[in-house]
Amino acid sequence: MLIFEHSRPGRRAQAQAPAARSDLSGIPEQFQRKCKPRLPEVSEMQAVRHYTRLSQKNFSIDTQFYPLGSCTMKYNPRACNSLAMLPGLISRHPLAPDSHSQGFLSTMYELQEILKEVTGMSAVSLAPMAGAQGEFAGIAMIRAYHDAQGDTQRTEILVPDAAHGTNPATAVMCGYQAREIPSKADGDVDMEALEAALGPQTAGIMLTNPSTLGVFERRIKEIADRVHEAGGLLYYDGANLNAILGRVRPGDMGFDVIHMNLHKTFSTPHGGGGPGAGPVGVSKRLQPFLPIPMAGTDGHDYHWLSEEQCPQSIGRLSAFAGNAGILLRAYVYAKMLGAEGMQRVADYSTLNANYMLKRLMDAGFTAAYPERRATHEFIITLKNEARELGVTAMDFAKRLLDYGMHAPTTYFPLLVSECFLIEPTETEAKESLDAFIDAMIKIREEARADAEQVRGAPYSLPVRRLDDVRAARELDLRWQPEEGQT
Amino acid sequence: MPFIPHTNEELRQMLDVIGVDNIEQLFDEIPEELRCGELRGLGSGLWEQKITRLMQDKAREDGQPLCFIGAGAYDHHIPAAVWQLASRGEYYTAYTPYQAEASQGTLQLLYEYQSMMTELMAMDVSNASLYDGASALAEAVLMAVRANRKSKSRRILMPASVHPHYRATVRTLVKNQGIELVEIPYDPGTGQTDLHALAQQTGQDFAALVIPQPNFFGILEDVDALTEWARVNSALSIALVNPLAMAVLSPPGEWSEQGADICCGDGQPLGAPLSSGGPYFGFLCSKQKLVRQMPGRIIGRTVDLDGKEGFALTLQAREQHIRRSKATSNICTNQGLMVTTATIHMSLMGADGLASVAASCHDNLLLLVEKLTSLGEIEPLFSGPVFHESVLRLPLEPKRALRTLAAHNILGGYDLAAHYPELGNALLVCATESRNEADMEKYRRKLEQVLTSRQGACATMTKFD
Amino acid sequence: MSNIPENLKYAESHEWVHDEGDGTVTIGISDHAQELLGDLVFVELPETGTQLKAGDECAVVESVKAASDVYSPLDGEVIETNEALADSPEVINEAPYDNWIFKLKLSNPVQLDELLDAAAYASMVEAEDH
Repeated sequence: MLIFEHSRPGRRAQAQAPAARSDLSGIPEQFQRKCKPRLPEVSEMQAVRHYTRLSQKNFSIDTQFYPLGSCTMKYNPRACNSLAMLPGLISRHPLAPDSHSQGFLSTMYELQEILKEVTGMSAVSLAPMAGAQGEFAGIAMIRAYHDAQGDTQRTEILVPDAAHGTNPATAVMCGYQAREIPSKADGDVDMEALEAALGPQTAGIMLTNPSTLGVFERRIKEIADRVHEAGGLLYYDGANLNAILGRVRPGDMGFDVIHMNLHKTFSTPHGGGGPGAGPVGVSKRLQPFLPIPMAGTDGHDYHWLSEEQCPQSIGRLSAFAGNAGILLRAYVYAKMLGAEGMQRVADYSTLNANYMLKRLMDAGFTAAYPERRATHEFIITLKNEARELGVTAMDFAKRLLDYGMHAPTTYFPLLVSECFLIEPTETEAKESLDAFIDAMIKIREEARADAEQVRGAPYSLPVRRLDDVRAARELDLRWQPEEGQT
Repeated sequence: MPFIPHTNEELRQMLDVIGVDNIEQLFDEIPEELRCGELRGLGSGLWEQKITRLMQDKAREDGQPLCFIGAGAYDHHIPAAVWQLASRGEYYTAYTPYQAEASQGTLQLLYEYQSMMTELMAMDVSNASLYDGASALAEAVLMAVRANRKSKSRRILMPASVHPHYRATVRTLVKNQGIELVEIPYDPGTGQTDLHALAQQTGQDFAALVIPQPNFFGILEDVDALTEWARVNSALSIALVNPLAMAVLSPPGEWSEQGADICCGDGQPLGAPLSSGGPYFGFLCSKQKLVRQMPGRIIGRTVDLDGKEGFALTLQAREQHIRRSKATSNICTNQGLMVTTATIHMSLMGADGLASVAASCHDNLLLLVEKLTSLGEIEPLFSGPVFHESVLRLPLEPKRALRTLAAHNILGGYDLAAHYPELGNALLVCATESRNEADMEKYRRKLEQVLTSRQGACATMTKFD
Repeated sequence: MSNIPENLKYAESHEWVHDEGDGTVTIGISDHAQELLGDLVFVELPETGTQLKAGDECAVVESVKAASDVYSPLDGEVIETNEALADSPEVINEAPYDNWIFKLKLSNPVQLDELLDAAAYASMVEAEDH
């Protein structure tokens, strides 16, 4: 039932509206609204009950194991949330003067320093509001760098075929063409294809390492050298930073620019799809191009660096300072972890992934890259099950929901057919991992007994499988009152 | 360390299953020379009490000044229920609803959000949000360039009365695609976009005209005339609006005869705290015929296998995970949690509640202006009608007044000197429903002292001359 | 095995071409192409009057999980588009050879000879499947 269907004309949450003193006398008639928007008219309790009930129709980290590959669905510590909402921080106006901002600005400055340290980059800007915006900022900096060198013939960004879709989309937003580089059967980039693609038209390459195939790109140094020799720069997509946090730093691998997904690695909430935060870090030569604003200090007080201090910056990415409240949460998380805690993130996320991979292989499931070590995530392919039992990866995914677990990422990366990309994260206990493996084995048994039953899953959720063809053909994107109602 | 559940015994068991002696071996594919040592700059982890104290100290340092700054971020009351509900783990710790059956809560809420935004804006369709108002404007510009079939132009008319940070953001986000922003000046008398200057562009080819309502100065634009100009000149009209103001002002879908084509803005006034500028959310609505050019997630209502109503992501073929380099945008996640708060906020307020908050802001602004101008030497700089912000001309540099006011814990407004030096001593002030008469009186008294002491200072200087 | 009528010509990018014999051709997507895409939900049509070169992207066919460009197999001007597809794209799934997408007035008719015949297209599709 929609909130609109609880609505009755004249009902309202009376505690929530001030009595206005005037009738908008200062606003001439021509500017005023004539027809009232049909927003819900409900009591406060009705709204609270409705949205509480809706929440109960969601799977979440707080309620279920959520091994969604490439998304790092780890526990979001409650302290991060409550401390970011302390009165002086939550009520700070973005344009408040420095005199009333030292607490906030010092936090931003310290976070920049922390992120520099864990990534091995020379400088960091916290401005990007999400991973994709971080990608944009990164590629825009690469372009600004080449332009500043007068090197305008570079028109291509190389992107491995396993890359996240945001990579090629970002290259295009920055005015480049995206050129795909194939991966080899062992998951590493095809060096011969890379060599063949490099040239004076190469602006740079976008890499995720560990890659979206769940393996570490072993020849990264060689790739970096080849790309640099061709005059290109290396962009690191930080989607999988959790795998190497405190163990390996992108700066040491030879990357020139990186973005981090704080909602993954630094455990800020995923919020049903955002807000994220996608800070960018750069090597020395890209430093002048970082997006503004950035926090600076004179050793005593903190301030925003002015536009005059950053004349070559690619500019602003948001009206104010990005997703500041998310940055505060990431800061709290980083401080709670400390150096040792960071390393343990990589250690235990890798442990959990390798344990799951081994157990699934022992149970007869097929690893996409059986010869490789899993990183913090890994891929299994259910193509045998699809062929022999007629039960696809999607069917397994839906049936897992009935077992009270969120499905892994399905059908990504596109290279591996009928795949599951599984990322348990370090915060899951062994019994969650075991329960998942048991469920996978059980579903396979069910499929052997009655495939149709599995293909009909889920059965225990608020809805069964949805008709997304109908959703796209007969677009119904908003509630409208039925005929005769107003 | 603090959030890892493994016991030593479990660690042993797991390593045995994998067939390695220790965790170190799990990293054996990573070349030795790439491993970093201890991260010395980080220090050791803090337990919860320590970090709590640290953050409390920082928060106290920033204080809770009396705020009369608006300029794109507004201090509104947020019903207690909004964040209590949005902080539920089922909203807070879920992700993008890829598995629709396990995400009906988020999906239905987003569908309700789309419904409410289209109602508030009087538009046909809404997406499920973008990052913030400034980046939403950039996406609207890109969308207009893609969508305008009558024009091949990549030029956009951008009034100087649009928030300077928004204009800067749009520049960053579109410049690499060869899109040019052509500035339209404001009328120095009214503070509205100069229709005569716009008329000089008649007959030229533009992809779109941006129309702010209210504009950065708090002034109401003649939106009907601007929208009509765009239509006649085959440019799409992009409305940039404050969503709260739309509870009382004519909404973009009703501008001129046919309405604006695209509308966007920042959703912050709908339940997002000031929080140093974010997270807020950007909204984007359009006419039905442009829906396939929209960036970002869109939710549709459909049915399940049993014919029961349900909700799912739809029109995904526009998006980067399918279209890759040909997607409408690279955007992936949006601002889901903020949309959750906005949806609950709008449900609690209803149309009447939003309208009375909007009216109350307007009242308060008029009262504030009355109080401050009563000091003499201070006057509104523009003659156009206002919503809840106004530009005042001060008899001294605003930064000097602001510094003294801040010392008394009053944030007196936003100094326009950096972005509009031609306006002289111009200060943008705002009063929302959260300010009361006593607050304004306090501001008036302190400003009076600033003016008096300045006169005193001048008098002294005159004596020494 | 998908249906590949003998009386049509084919492009490697899976469009079919029917030579109307008057300097114009009718173009759609093959049975194989619609199978790969699955249930179509939208077809973006070219604008009439557009001048196309062989290989130009000129339309998009969308299913729920994929979107694919349609390329013009030949040089020419778009003289008509199948507006009925706007409301019911699914007819392409049902009968791909009855439901065309656009018609071209050819500017370089000799290109017709370069297209694949049914046998050649069939072996290409078969090779792709293995």
